[in-house]
Amino acid sequence: MSDAISIQNLNVWFGEHHDLFQAVKNASLTVATGASFGLVGESGSGKSTILRALTGLAPQWEGQMSINGTDLTHKRDKQFYKTVQMVFQDPYASLHPRQSVDQVLSETLHLHGFKDIDNRVNKLLLDVGLGPAFRFRYPHQLSGGQRQRIAIARALAAEPKILLLDEPTSALDVSVQAEILNLLCDLRAEHGLTYLMVSHDLAVVAHMCERAAVMRNGEIVEIIEVADMRAGKTTHDYTAQLLHASANRVA
Amino acid sequence: MTTLLDVDNLWVRFPNRTGVFDAVRGVSFSLGRERLGIVGESGSGKSLTGRAILRLIRSPGIVEAGHINLHGENLLEKSEAQMRKVRGEKISMVMQDPKFSLNPVMTVGDQIIEAYRLHAKASKAEAYKKSVEMLEAVSIRDADRVMKAYPHEMSGGMGQRIMIAMMLIPNPEILIADEPTSALDVSVQGQVLSIMDKLVKERGMGLIFISHDLNLVSQFCDRVLIMYAGRIVEVCEADKLHEAKHPYTQGLLGSLPRFDAPRDRLQVLTRDPAWREAPSVEARL
Ligand SMILES: Nc1ncnc2c1ncn2[C@@H]1O[C@H](COP(=O)(O)OP(=O)(O)O)[C@@H](O)[C@H]1O
Ligand SMILES: Nc1ncnc2c1ncn2[C@@H]1O[C@H](COP(=O)(O)OP(=O)(O)O)[C@@H](O)[C@H]1O
Ligand SMILES: [Mg+2]
Ligand SMILES: [Mg+2]
Repeated sequence: MSDAISIQNLNVWFGEHHDLFQAVKNASLTVATGASFGLVGESGSGKSTILRALTGLAPQWEGQMSINGTDLTHKRDKQFYKTVQMVFQDPYASLHPRQSVDQVLSETLHLHGFKDIDNRVNKLLLDVGLGPAFRFRYPHQLSGGQRQRIAIARALAAEPKILLLDEPTSALDVSVQAEILNLLCDLRAEHGLTYLMVSHDLAVVAHMCERAAVMRNGEIVEIIEVADMRAGKTTHDYTAQLLHASANRVA
Repeated sequence: MTTLLDVDNLWVRFPNRTGVFDAVRGVSFSLGRERLGIVGESGSGKSLTGRAILRLIRSPGIVEAGHINLHGENLLEKSEAQMRKVRGEKISMVMQDPKFSLNPVMTVGDQIIEAYRLHAKASKAEAYKKSVEMLEAVSIRDADRVMKAYPHEMSGGMGQRIMIAMMLIPNPEILIADEPTSALDVSVQGQVLSIMDKLVKERGMGLIFISHDLNLVSQFCDRVLIMYAGRIVEVCEADKLHEAKHPYTQGLLGSLPRFDAPRDRLQVLTRDPAWREAPSVEARL
């Protein structure tokens, strides 16, 4: 069986031809079907850019990317978004303030060509641990954690197999983070999902993933099993530095 | 330990259409020459507590307290002009997001020079020299280049250090730092923390360190207040935070994924209505 995600020698640039900035340099990684893979590294190291390149939000790229064995071109079709969905960091920015939960979910379901929308909206709300009582609420009537649950419900609407998670709990309190991470674990088990997850928090990545890539300045310096990371078995100095800094926050 | 600041029965209230929302509900604590952490979830009243000390709560918000004493002088009895002096000379505050605190259309250098000359009579050349020294004191290496730069050209870590440099100009006795490192990478966090640490140790400053990050506060501070729904539910020695007694504090700690000790499932906080009702714990030295 082919890998859920395969990225080979990926380069990504931003800007115009006379002023190009290379945000990702020759990155390669594979994520097996059903696995959960983390991306860690300092801010600006290119983690989000890899997710954005996959979803077609960073158009200037070279290299090979494939999803379930199918190579990606520079266009993403409807089928792609039925397989791959993304959840962003900021639940406050990612929901439209004038759209009710019902509108967000119904429209997304409609877009993906589903017919039994009413049932599906209720099912999605149950999936993310919110009852039908939340259906007609607006974003300002929801807490940060509830908003992130809606963002996850919206991503699940298409019944995707792969979720790209970009710091999904960084803006939340730790108590709410725990609920969302538990939810993501349950959903992965129930729906057989594959995760590619970005976080600056090593403890979060270690909790959620089996393997992770460590990034610095656009490059992947090391791909490491989480078990080895916990045991301090690193092969690159930078990974060791990162581990040390996150364990000893006070220099 | 000498008490620098004593806060007695502080309330912050916001009148609204349906009544009054009490955001801070009767907290009492004191601060010495120490690193005092305030932790709690968002909305628990941490920032308002910090701002209320400096009387920075805007109308219609109301601040009430028995007293807020700085060296025994009640700040609540001071005129607005006297308060400006307190803010300029005695107590400084670093806000969470440096991008909102620096003026975007003025170079960093001009802003520091202006802040310095507000405080001390000095020629431009002297003020420039002093400003470069300030930047070097917060471990900014190419200070001359930074002086010419605009805030948007600075990274988050630089911006936060510049803010701290500006706050240090008056040599304050108390620094209130509201989530000063939350937006920074761990490597930069360490640098900013060691700057503040030096000030406490070398200048005998009192530091109020507001944060939602329990691990960080337990590593960095001397004492910690844990806030819940506008009240203090528990006070403890920072290095004993992991032995906390209150179920709320224990719940927060239990909800954290641990790098050193993997767990299958993260603990979820079940909130007891009694936590809001219990009187605020006194946190005096
Ligand atoms: N739309 C963009 N235009 C120009 N530069 C960008 C853009 N998005 C990201 N970058 C730059 O690319 C680099 C990597 O960014 P990003 O992938 O967001 O980092 P991370 O997610 O690891 O914090 C950074 O230097 C960032 O400033
Ligand atoms: N200007 C305001 N008007 C009304 N309520 C406010 C205002 N500012 C803050 N609050 C409320 O007061 C509570 C405490 O706020 P804050 O001190 O900022 O919390 P923290 O810093 O612990 O996250 C929150 O519920 C917040 O929504
Ligand atoms: Mg990012
Ligand atoms: Mg705050």
